[in-house]
Amino acid sequence: MKYVDEYRDQSSAETLVAAIARAATRPWTIMEVCGGQTHTIVKYGIDRLLPENVELVHGPGCPVCVTPLETIDKAHAIASRADVTFCSFGDMLRVPGSRGDLLELKSQGADIRVVYSPLDAVNLAASLPHRKVVFFAIGFETTSPPNAMAAWLARKRDLNNFSMLVSHVLVPPMMTAMLEAPDNRVQGFLGPGHVCTVMGIREYEPIAERFSVPIVVSGFEPLDLLEGILRTVNCLEEERSGVENPYARAVRPDGNPASRKLIDEVFEVCDRKWRGIGEIPGSGLRLRDDYRDFDAERIFEVEGIAMSESAACISGQILKGLKKPHHCPAFGKECTPDSPLGATMVSTEGACAAYFAYGRHLETKRTASPEYVELGRIACKV
Amino acid sequence: MPVPPDNTMCLGIPGRVLETYREHDVLMARVQFGGVAKRVCLEHVPEVQPGEFVLVHVGFALSRIDEAEAARVFAFLRELNQLGELEDPPP
Repeated sequence: MKYVDEYRDQSSAETLVAAIARAATRPWTIMEVCGGQTHTIVKYGIDRLLPENVELVHGPGCPVCVTPLETIDKAHAIASRADVTFCSFGDMLRVPGSRGDLLELKSQGADIRVVYSPLDAVNLAASLPHRKVVFFAIGFETTSPPNAMAAWLARKRDLNNFSMLVSHVLVPPMMTAMLEAPDNRVQGFLGPGHVCTVMGIREYEPIAERFSVPIVVSGFEPLDLLEGILRTVNCLEEERSGVENPYARAVRPDGNPASRKLIDEVFEVCDRKWRGIGEIPGSGLRLRDDYRDFDAERIFEVEGIAMSESAACISGQILKGLKKPHHCPAFGKECTPDSPLGATMVSTEGACAAYFAYGRHLETKRTASPEYVELGRIACKV
Repeated sequence: MPVPPDNTMCLGIPGRVLETYREHDVLMARVQFGGVAKRVCLEHVPEVQPGEFVLVHVGFALSRIDEAEAARVFAFLRELNQLGELEDPPP
């Protein structure tokens, strides 16, 4: 057992697809919250294996996509400084800000480095004592324990040349905002499996109860997603709400208590603006006052310059699940992963980038990636 | 520097713990992903033993993979197959 290939087995997928088709008697709209789930769904053509009355809409769970323009601009301003070594996850480098992206800045000579882990940025600060090392700490709850650990370790190791530009976001306030919106179409959710490895499933129970929706915590492999969809459809058909956790191989009901404790020690909840969506109350994390010496925004006192987004881009509606990438006139034309106009084309987890990567801008009918063609046979047999 | 293929937000990758050690008083491990071994912080899953699998995100182990729970979906699939045969008898 390697916990990967087993969850990509075709005949098992076929069984689940057939069960979904048997279960769904009415039209249902289900949102997968997480960008990683969107990526798997589009890569394997899972949305197209489903019966026509089960629609998947892609949620705003891509932290790279929703990082606000002002924060990208602050990153740009800090990374431009001659005394700064700026560290970031790779997929943040191409996010367009008002003054261009970080990759462009790097090509102009700025010291910008891609790190695999925030802990690598801490080690870099230790090895470059004469540089100010700044880590771009973005992400959902999944990434908050490693980022909190970086701040905690930097303090423990007395590294006064390390700081973080923090733009963390939280899933439950986003789901609440989505369900409160008058134009909401979502009837059930595939819950964010990896966020729940950290936070557990308890904070989703009040949301499920208040809005009478099923939330089924799902993993990221094809079988995980198909099982999640089947369980969500079963709940909807039987008019049951509540939280189910079929991803129990990784998710405990209380999450990871050590991680939650550290997050609480380092970060505090704040209001946060989401690119393409707007401000959502209580939907962010920032460093606590106790960690102010590691807060790059305080150290560098940078101001963001707010500029308007491209008028052609409909990423805001895509992030809310109101539209699909191919509804955008710029999709695959002016807007591609090489020159993205908006948030959802930037990261591999953005819905537009996933649609583009698997050839959906080239399609006239139901033909797609090799993965789709292979799994597509299942759809015909059902 | 090339971007590692698994440097994607919220992606958690299962890997097998090869050996554990301490560095700056933090519990670390060498963890194997396919043919590649990487350094991973194990501080928040200290109970994990070499040979067990952990879910790793950006160099940080978030949880231990539960072997019994991992097999559950296959039992569910067997049930579904039996149900499918009952509902759609072979011609």
